[in-house]
Amino acid sequence: MAFMKILVAFILLWPFVGFLFNGLGRNYWSKKVIAYKATGYIVSSFIASIFAFIQVQTHGAVTVHYFDFIHTATLKIPFDFKVDALSSLFLLVITGVGSLIHLYSTAYMKDEAAPHYARYFAYLNLFIFSMLILVLGDNYVVMFIGWEGVGLCSYLLIGYWFTNGNYNYAAKKAFIMNRIGDLGFLLAIFWLIAKLGTVSYSEVLTYERISNLSSFDITGITLLLFVGAMGKSAQIPLFTWLPDAMAGPTPVSALIHAATMVTAGIYMITRSNILFSHSAITQNVIAIIGISTALLAATIAIQQNDIKKVLAYSTVSQLGYMFLGLGVGAYSGAVFHVITHAFFKALLFLGAGSVIHAMHHEQDIRKMGGLKSKLPITHITFLIGCIAIAGLPPFSGFFSKDEILAAAFAKSPIYWVLGVIGAAMTAFYMFRLYATTFLGKFRGTNDQANHLHESPAAMTLPLVLLAIASAIAGAIGIPELMGGHHWLSHQLMPIVGEPVELGLTHSMELILMVVSVAIALIALMIALSIYTKKTDEEPKTAIGKFFYNKWYVDEFYNEAIVFPLNRFAGFLKNVIEKQVIDGAVNGTGKLVQYSARKVRLIQNGQVGYYILFMVIGIILLFAFWFNDLNILRFINKLNQH
Amino acid sequence: MILVSLLFLPILAAILVLFIKNKKLANWTAILFSALTLLLVLQTLGTPIADFDLAWLPNLNSRFVLHADGLSKLLLLLTAISFPAILISTAKNEYKQNNVFLSLLLFTQAGLIGVFLAADALLFYFFWELALIPVYFLCSIWGGEKRVAITFKFFIYTFLGSLFMLAGILFVNAHTTDHSFAIQSFIQASLTQGQQITSFALFFIAFAIKMPIFPLHTWQPDAYEQSPTAVTMVMSAVMVKMGLYGILRWLMPLFPFAFMAHTHFVVALSVIGVLYASFIAIRQDDIKRLIAYSSIAHIGLMNAALFTHTQVAVQGVLIQLFSHGINVVGLWIVADIIEQQTGTRSMQQMGGLAKKQPTLAILLVGFALANIALPLTNSFVGEFLMFNGLFLFNPWMAALAGLSIVLAAIYTLNMVQKVAYGEISEKINTMQTPNKGAQAVLIVLLLLVFVTGVYAQPLFTLTADTLNQLFVK
Repeated sequence: MAFMKILVAFILLWPFVGFLFNGLGRNYWSKKVIAYKATGYIVSSFIASIFAFIQVQTHGAVTVHYFDFIHTATLKIPFDFKVDALSSLFLLVITGVGSLIHLYSTAYMKDEAAPHYARYFAYLNLFIFSMLILVLGDNYVVMFIGWEGVGLCSYLLIGYWFTNGNYNYAAKKAFIMNRIGDLGFLLAIFWLIAKLGTVSYSEVLTYERISNLSSFDITGITLLLFVGAMGKSAQIPLFTWLPDAMAGPTPVSALIHAATMVTAGIYMITRSNILFSHSAITQNVIAIIGISTALLAATIAIQQNDIKKVLAYSTVSQLGYMFLGLGVGAYSGAVFHVITHAFFKALLFLGAGSVIHAMHHEQDIRKMGGLKSKLPITHITFLIGCIAIAGLPPFSGFFSKDEILAAAFAKSPIYWVLGVIGAAMTAFYMFRLYATTFLGKFRGTNDQANHLHESPAAMTLPLVLLAIASAIAGAIGIPELMGGHHWLSHQLMPIVGEPVELGLTHSMELILMVVSVAIALIALMIALSIYTKKTDEEPKTAIGKFFYNKWYVDEFYNEAIVFPLNRFAGFLKNVIEKQVIDGAVNGTGKLVQYSARKVRLIQNGQVGYYILFMVIGIILLFAFWFNDLNILRFINKLNQH
Repeated sequence: MILVSLLFLPILAAILVLFIKNKKLANWTAILFSALTLLLVLQTLGTPIADFDLAWLPNLNSRFVLHADGLSKLLLLLTAISFPAILISTAKNEYKQNNVFLSLLLFTQAGLIGVFLAADALLFYFFWELALIPVYFLCSIWGGEKRVAITFKFFIYTFLGSLFMLAGILFVNAHTTDHSFAIQSFIQASLTQGQQITSFALFFIAFAIKMPIFPLHTWQPDAYEQSPTAVTMVMSAVMVKMGLYGILRWLMPLFPFAFMAHTHFVVALSVIGVLYASFIAIRQDDIKRLIAYSSIAHIGLMNAALFTHTQVAVQGVLIQLFSHGINVVGLWIVADIIEQQTGTRSMQQMGGLAKKQPTLAILLVGFALANIALPLTNSFVGEFLMFNGLFLFNPWMAALAGLSIVLAAIYTLNMVQKVAYGEISEKINTMQTPNKGAQAVLIVLLLLVFVTGVYAQPLFTLTADTLNQLFVK
């Protein structure tokens, strides 16, 4: 117990110490010191996380208590942290992938001046700290602390190059959209407190407690929690911030906007699965929003030419798959996809970063091509990432996506059909991206061609490690069908319970699997055959334009929400405030002055009136005092009425 | 004795600085005395303090009684922290007749301390006015170009409110059994339901104007904008708390029936005000007016929380009374440094502070985060509890008021973006490193933001007795 208390403190505090060290010392340390310290703190946290993971494997879950955050007569919210099967897995992913991305960043950001270099790493360390609080918290309020903390870091890192106005808008947009989700999360917390008087997982997430809730309460609470998840995990309708978030440095996109933060919504729902499983309505809503987001984002990704934008919409789409999994009750499948996605999407983003680095900040894939021979390590690792995300066996994405699709089929074949269509689009846009970037002829400038180079080891080492993980991570969840025993679902059993019996025969499962792989393969081939030779022009068809312009969702939000609200605020400021309210106040003032003059003439001998006059007299006296030089003007003003 | 020395220390200082013509010496005297006051307040925190009781106006049966419970101590602490912070951070500002300016400011402090200590209604009224009158002079003599008209409005508004309260005090006094002004007699006064409602209204108008609550708020943005920033800080950090304090100390215990009868009306009005002020804040270009409207929104939320009459929300208010004061002083200091150095309050003309003066920009961002109640800042604790109480009172009200956390993010981040980010603007380019005193104050305040945001237990403990009195009968 005491050991775990120290261990958890280590895991949490190392990144925080790093934040303070680089944040406060940004003007003092050399870049070398900054890089070593920042990366070292996260690696230390990773090592401690391994110990915590082993501890959970051998001794089971542990909750540690430090002190009370809020303690009133009616409400107690402690700073409690829980290390169990779910959180210890997330610990490993966050600190593991986090370490690699810190290492990568030391080279990727090397052109920054030392104070900004330190600022970057301070933010990155603070992000890891917040993310760890999010997954380690033992109640919803501590989760919420991490939840808004990661939002802040995301804001700071998207707007890292703060002299660029567009980046600042993107950062602000991300924060505000997340805040809308956060409001839902908060209301869910208050609802829980109103009904149960507690927010601790161990007290909320039990069958006895939940059986005391009406189905209306459960549906309300879970829907509000899901609103929170929509914001953080970029689901319809709150997804438009994530593509814009690509304004941040590329390693940030890899860590925050692909591998970790955006999966917080999946973590939250998995954590609360007992609640969610009690509301069929919420589950259906989640599944429908999930698959819709997956398809919508995939259609957009097909038309994008910015290497990071393609990956961003791909992330939105993959998150949609995870929500589909959650909606159909495949909690361990969703977590499985979170883990594999963390590996291959971090890999793809870092690979994209390596390309952008080599291309001197060019992000348009139409101006790339033929990079295969120039960037061999980047190329091969990127290819592995593409295969993994396309869901081809035996790479990791295949296993996790297949698990979600099988569960979706069991719920409704329509989900499965849509899911397979989405998977085909995934394979298509990923290999469109791959072929346009790495195959064919180089289409950049001569200057760029002369300077093409593979990235330094600090960048390629993370690529290689993540590529290995992307290739083999499927091993943690090999289904029975293929002779495995699915380690992950056994691992998560204490949290999500026994895997739901899908009611599918092995041969049926096999057919589904083969069909989806075959369709993805066909899509992949088509993409390769088209884009090895040519690039996409501006779309000409109406539907192409529609996808290219992202379904005009941003434009719609601006017209339907942002502008009207802005006009409304202007109306309040200029009309209601200035003319109506202040007008009434000033009018009353004038009226009092006017009637005072009239009333003064009436001497009716009542004491009350004399007092009133005295009061007005005092007021006027004060007025004259203030107006020492303006008495004449004041009298004139009175006389005008 | 400690309570009465708390009261007379600022008065003594006020009289003393009046005779010090040397600007530096006068400043240091004022700072020294305000620091002593702070030390004295810290002395009172841990232990129960005996009342100070002296005959005052025997003919009227009014006594000079000072009483300090947790609520009083909390606001004394806020006052005692704010004044040295304000004095130090604005020490470099130029005022004509610096000594008179400081003296009036210190008189205000004495008045404020009196308000938070008085346990006799007439004495309360006396201090209430004592706190206000110096401020009228400060605004009208040292304010901006529109100061006279603005102060006139401010004066009429608040003075009218005070008169209503005086009428209420006299009315309740007439119905006490011993015809005294002691708070205990006031609580035990036998009022019919109708009489309760009448006197509730008389008191409430005074408090509502002071806070202020929509739609009685229009004096405030003007007054904040036109006053010298040191005065604005006193007004928005401490003086607006007089209204909330009045509700907690007088309104709730005196007129329980009338209070409960008006909960829905006042909560609804306050929530409308919260959203209204938040929307207007979005459209402000003047940084002082933005902070003013933001403050109206925050105070409105606190008032809504009080009128939910739930224990958890009132606990939230007791935390937030303190936190809001700290945060808003921080924001004002940053705004003042910028205005003093660049001569503008228009955010359109700012930009690039993060590049030009990174430390100041970081401090600004820190207080901005507190302003949007980010978790682990002090205001999250208070706002969380207040929203929680609002939800218990009426979930829809909580949802509606909850929109303000989104709106707050919009206007606060707008401000950060316009002031701190972007390329260095012409105005910002003229800026020098702010003086050490102001920076040190900002750092201390920001530390307070995070320390009380992570560990608010001392504030809970401090205010436990007040909460018990209000809710455990």
